[in-house]
Amino acid sequence: MSAKSAYRQMEESITLAPVEEQLADWGGGREREELLTLNMGPHHPATHGVLRLLVTLQGEVVRDIKPVIGYVHTGIEKTAEDKSYWKVIPVIERMDYLSYYFNAMAFCSAVEAIAEVEVPKRAQYLRVIHLELNRIMSHLVWLGTSALDLGAISMFWYCFREREQILDLFEMSSGQRMHTRYFQVGGVIEDIPRGFAEKLEAFLRVMPNRADQYNALLHSNEIVLQRLRGTCPLDAQTLLDLGVSGPLLRAAGNPWDLRKASPYCSYGDFDFKIPVGTVGDNYDRFAVRLAEIYESVKIITSALEGLPEGPHITTDRKVALPPRHELATSMEALIHHFKLVTEGMRVPPGEYYAAIESPRGELGCFVRSDGSSKPARVHMRDPSFVNLQALAAMAEGSYIADLIATLAMLDPILGGIDR
Amino acid sequence: MEVMREPFANVESGRRVNPETLAIRSVTARRLLRGGELEGSNPGAHLEEGHLEGERLERYVHERVLTTTLDKAVAWARSNSFFPATFGLACCAIEMMSIVAARVDVARFGFEAFRASPRQADLLVLSGRVSIKMAPIVRRIYDQMLEPKWTISMGACCSSMGVFNNYALVPADKFMPIDVHVPGCPPRPEALMHGVLKLRKMVQQDPDLSWRERYGALGTEEAPGSAHDERGARNGSDESSAHGRPVGSGALSGSSGRGGSGRA
Ligand code: SF4
Repeated sequence: MSAKSAYRQMEESITLAPVEEQLADWGGGREREELLTLNMGPHHPATHGVLRLLVTLQGEVVRDIKPVIGYVHTGIEKTAEDKSYWKVIPVIERMDYLSYYFNAMAFCSAVEAIAEVEVPKRAQYLRVIHLELNRIMSHLVWLGTSALDLGAISMFWYCFREREQILDLFEMSSGQRMHTRYFQVGGVIEDIPRGFAEKLEAFLRVMPNRADQYNALLHSNEIVLQRLRGTCPLDAQTLLDLGVSGPLLRAAGNPWDLRKASPYCSYGDFDFKIPVGTVGDNYDRFAVRLAEIYESVKIITSALEGLPEGPHITTDRKVALPPRHELATSMEALIHHFKLVTEGMRVPPGEYYAAIESPRGELGCFVRSDGSSKPARVHMRDPSFVNLQALAAMAEGSYIADLIATLAMLDPILGGIDR
Repeated sequence: MEVMREPFANVESGRRVNPETLAIRSVTARRLLRGGELEGSNPGAHLEEGHLEGERLERYVHERVLTTTLDKAVAWARSNSFFPATFGLACCAIEMMSIVAARVDVARFGFEAFRASPRQADLLVLSGRVSIKMAPIVRRIYDQMLEPKWTISMGACCSSMGVFNNYALVPADKFMPIDVHVPGCPPRPEALMHGVLKLRKMVQQDPDLSWRERYGALGTEEAPGSAHDERGARNGSDESSAHGRPVGSGALSGSSGRGGSGRA
């Protein structure tokens, strides 16, 4: 832990000794040791969803936290077993609802690996563009709502303004704002429409300036800084032991990022940096995510510049639907189309675990195939679920107000935790 | 009653209005009400109107007086100042948040004051999927809200279990009354806005047509004190049915009907 800020020192210098002397006459000072169990949630504005925390307090100090989860359990993994591969994508997307492109990406990569489908270069670049846009979007929602938890309400409006711009782009390429179902096994479902690139460029021009504004707004806010600096730090080794990944781990100084560590989807082509923190306190978690926005903008810019020509989806007719015009001329295309739509693609037996770097950490998807057109098992390793374990380790011994800030900086998405 | 508006200071000349004129006006206004005669000096021509009669008086009143019933005025006020509960369930909650944001600024309709406590809220937007584990809690939150209260079920999930349609979810209609369903997965903010405006219209036009009538649950109001006990004695119903439970609801709501002293 770094040197205590003046505010913390002042806080700790307050002595309750005179009060305790009086109390000793009545109860022998037992109030000091007495523990209070406080129930937070599942309906609580600061739990970012329907998380329930059983917090044991001693005075204002958190002694123990027990998260109770399962309030948005949706049975997604089980439902996935009941649907053919291409129909699993919309269900999987709704898991971690702030990073829907990532969910689809993890599932598609696993299926592509089992079926040994080659993804065209253009599709990979389009995927990178959308993944990184989604990362910015997710961080914007995180920033807006976390600032709300810390009491800074205007950040919410600024962040959601930029979010709308990103959602407009999503809508342009896929027709939906959220849960776009844009990624398909073998590529993306459609090429980007005319005008998308210009609109994206315009967005890329404004976004760094806007991020500068957020920085200026929050970094000159004494309350935000004092609530974040030096609160609830956790070192990298403990985080690793708990299985934590993503911005939380990077904030503690470990530059572990799957985009660099095991580049997937052409991430090796792009030049970007991985922001890391030093102490791993709430401030570092906040700063790392903010810095990631700039890096994502950089990746999108170079992906858009170097966007190769070519097909946007694999030409393997056993996997992807044939283009519409072929249906009128080719009998074979018609048969493939019919087979794909009625039964779905068949995937050879095998299993694969595909991991990607989602805005919250390592998002993995394990798929086992038994050779039929439906997966035998789909399991997601959701980063929010694993990261939540670290909450108790982070917040124990701190004030309950810091617990709220820590939970905000942890950025759990309950849809991903409960699935 | 006539309302006269005049600037206190003349902007151009910077001269203040003579307070004496104001005093005279208030006296004459009172006289107008009583229908009394004007006497003494005549400070302005418009005060002649105190002597209006017949058709001119009719027109004068028609132009200046707005009549309404108290019910309508209350419904108008209510429908323009919903206090939604801060309650997000899943993906749809993110879109619900974005209607408060800049693009479709719901504050235009007096809707933006989200309340963290159900006790202070009169609108519950069910935004997302309700799992079996969550349903009793949602019902309890609904029970904790004070009458009059309205609900919007946002998204396919809590209206019909949506794309999942599996063992884990329950549609909201199974355990609580819903006023407006907004379809979509997730509904666009504009769609939710449309739902809000529909609800607003409903509250304005048929303030009486609340869920109790639609669900045949009249007489289940949570009245303080005697009314509630009386009815219990009259038709010999047990305690739980007196707590705003819609007729025909399943076991879920029965277990949560006790709600009231829970967390707020
Ligand atoms: S309706 Fe769609 S967007 Fe809304 S909660 Fe259900 S799955 Fe999510």
